[in-house]
Amino acid sequence: MSLYIKYFSIHLKSQMQFKSSFFFTTLGQFLVAFVTLLSINFMFARFDSVGGFTHEEVLLCFAIIMSAFSISELIARGFDQFPNLIGNGGFDRALVRPRNVIFQVLASQMDFSRLGRLLQAILVFIYVIPSSSIDWTLPRVITLALMIICGGLLFFGLQVLYAALSFFTLEGLEFMNLLTHGAQEHGRLPFSVYGDGILKFLTFIVPLALIQYYPLLFLLGREEAGIFHGIAPVMSLLFLLPCYACFKLGLKKYQSTGS
Amino acid sequence: MITLQNITKTFKVSKRQAGFANAFKALFSREYELIHALHNVSFTVNDGEMVGYIGPNGAGKSTTIKIMCGILTPDDGDCSINGRTPWRQRIAHVRDIGVVFGQRSQLWWDVPVIDSFELIRDIYKTPQTVYSKNLKELTEILELGEILKTPARSLSLGQRMRCEIVASLLHNPKILFLDEPTIGLDAVSKIAVRQFIKQLNVERKTTVILTTHDMQDIEALTERIILIGRGQVLLDGSLAELKSRANTDGDNAEEAVAALYKELKI
Amino acid sequence: MKPFAALFRIRFTNSLQYRAAALAGLVTQFGWGLMTILGFAAFYRENPTGFPMTFQQTVAYIWMQQAFMALLFIWFWENSIFESIESGGVAYDLVRPMDVYGRWFTTISANRIARTVLRAVPLLVIALILPVAFRLVLPSSFITVVLFIISLILSLSVVVAFSMLIYISTFYTMNSKGIRIVVGIAADFLMGSYIPIPFFPDTLRTMIEFSPFGAMKNTPLLIFSGYLTGADLVQSMLLQIFWLLFMLLAGRFFMSRALKRVVVQGG
Repeated sequence: MSLYIKYFSIHLKSQMQFKSSFFFTTLGQFLVAFVTLLSINFMFARFDSVGGFTHEEVLLCFAIIMSAFSISELIARGFDQFPNLIGNGGFDRALVRPRNVIFQVLASQMDFSRLGRLLQAILVFIYVIPSSSIDWTLPRVITLALMIICGGLLFFGLQVLYAALSFFTLEGLEFMNLLTHGAQEHGRLPFSVYGDGILKFLTFIVPLALIQYYPLLFLLGREEAGIFHGIAPVMSLLFLLPCYACFKLGLKKYQSTGS
Repeated sequence: MITLQNITKTFKVSKRQAGFANAFKALFSREYELIHALHNVSFTVNDGEMVGYIGPNGAGKSTTIKIMCGILTPDDGDCSINGRTPWRQRIAHVRDIGVVFGQRSQLWWDVPVIDSFELIRDIYKTPQTVYSKNLKELTEILELGEILKTPARSLSLGQRMRCEIVASLLHNPKILFLDEPTIGLDAVSKIAVRQFIKQLNVERKTTVILTTHDMQDIEALTERIILIGRGQVLLDGSLAELKSRANTDGDNAEEAVAALYKELKI
Repeated sequence: MKPFAALFRIRFTNSLQYRAAALAGLVTQFGWGLMTILGFAAFYRENPTGFPMTFQQTVAYIWMQQAFMALLFIWFWENSIFESIESGGVAYDLVRPMDVYGRWFTTISANRIARTVLRAVPLLVIALILPVAFRLVLPSSFITVVLFIISLILSLSVVVAFSMLIYISTFYTMNSKGIRIVVGIAADFLMGSYIPIPFFPDTLRTMIEFSPFGAMKNTPLLIFSGYLTGADLVQSMLLQIFWLLFMLLAGRFFMSRALKRVVVQGG
């Protein structure tokens, strides 16, 4: 942990060397989140609800998925840049150091400009939490925290998976964007909105709905939602196991082919 | 001690041909060819030795270094370094080695060098006393004083290379692998780096394995040369042996090696 | 036309080599488009009368946007141009026997088209054979197709001419990062990349339609989907021509001024 803090401070120092660049990329992140927010508001100027969710409920959902995503990229972005890391020898360097490889890779990049997105999410939280009709009991607060934390971990797992795949091919990985950026972008609406097929896929294959749709039902106090929905985010963490296994497999392949 | 026995390594690479039609064809099928990077490579390096590992591009130098560092697993053969097999006991093994990849930096680009050193200290869990002693000694020898406060990106190549070497030595490795440490350096920096490597080998008894294309490095530094070509060890001996083998007039190591490459068709 | 053809060929051949990349790009753009359509479908089920366009038109808009993404998004910058201006390497461009504005314009267009061709065709084929609700429906008349193609070319030109202004501004600011990010996001939003312009609130919508942003992807996509017809169509296309000429002239003007400065300062 203390080593992580060292990495963190080195990245912070590095990025603060270029203050104007940091400022603009952060602003950019804020703007991207902001135009998404505008789009939501434009749509709700025409419609009262979507798939049984009101404007405020959608905003809550938007802020949750946005926080989870930006936190994961803020504290660990190394896997996102993984093909570069292989290309520039950074990964070989990690292999000749006596520390866990996954840890070294994840700490090798941190993107503080994601603060821009996080800020947008926080502003939305500030607006929507008091104005929504949710009764913020302790279990609900815990569920909200779980959604963000486990969501961050799940996005991190997807990054590890992306890295694992890039051991095998460097050119065909664009589709992973669908599961990371796409999930973040389209996750502004509860996943049930996209129909049964998508919801099943996001429940059983890539369990993003476990950190979004099901616990959201619990937050909103829907009848069908029990405590099981509230702790769904924890179950989503099972997904990290296959991600880890794939990475191990990829690493083995890398060590036998060197590319 | 380093022992390699019959290390063999083959890669499969896809062929890529130029031209529009071929690019289109490659959409549907691809041909592969096998590259025999290493074939029955064997040698032994004793503690405290300094060895120059030379050969033309693509001869298998980097592959050997990667295997000895534990990055790559060979197809066949044994390798034992201080009693360990690098790729099986990688983490334990890398604690005892230092690696400098001449063309790649291990320093964090935008922060002062000293910050990188401290992070590396924490990565290796080097005790503070050992770290301070090493840092003090090494910066004195290499005259790095003020440079440590500068971000790596603003250093000259020579200054950076010296810092890279220090970074690889802070944890007291028994073996140091230097992959083209003088590449791109000006004359003054080259000499400084060479002196330092020599001193390191003599005073600290660090085993040094060095790859280079610069024969002056070899002349200045190593008693022993291992020449590799087409994945095989072609010569293992002194510089004098190499020169006599090459049948050239004069005493120029550069020409001797060139003649030898030609003669051996590598 | 010759240098254009050569550039296009190199780019296209290059991208052919990466079959997995092409397939992955196709899957991504298809998936992204499908999710967007499913999202709109959910709103449509809620209240069909809230839709400014028919659902079929919306679907066509989204598929065409996905297919022509690399052609019409501002976001695909040529980083090499920014770099050559910021580093002063642009001085080398001045010694070549071709005017710089024309050369950059050609390079950018060629790259955008090469990127699009390989990806657009398979995506459109898939979109044409989807289940009826999400299927891309072709325009009913041949004239609409012709108008669409003309408008698409105008649209690409407007996008490139607009981005040229941003590249040229780098001569004056010498730091492109901020403007590249802010303008990129704002322009893509205003031209209807997040939600089509007809879904915007009315006042804003009218303003955008008369602005350069209305002359970008909005016009060809709405023509293709059959939303834009008659007098509105003519007006939109005239606006495209107007903005194209305006930005070409402005671009050339600022470019020649900037280049004089480069020459005077010796790069």
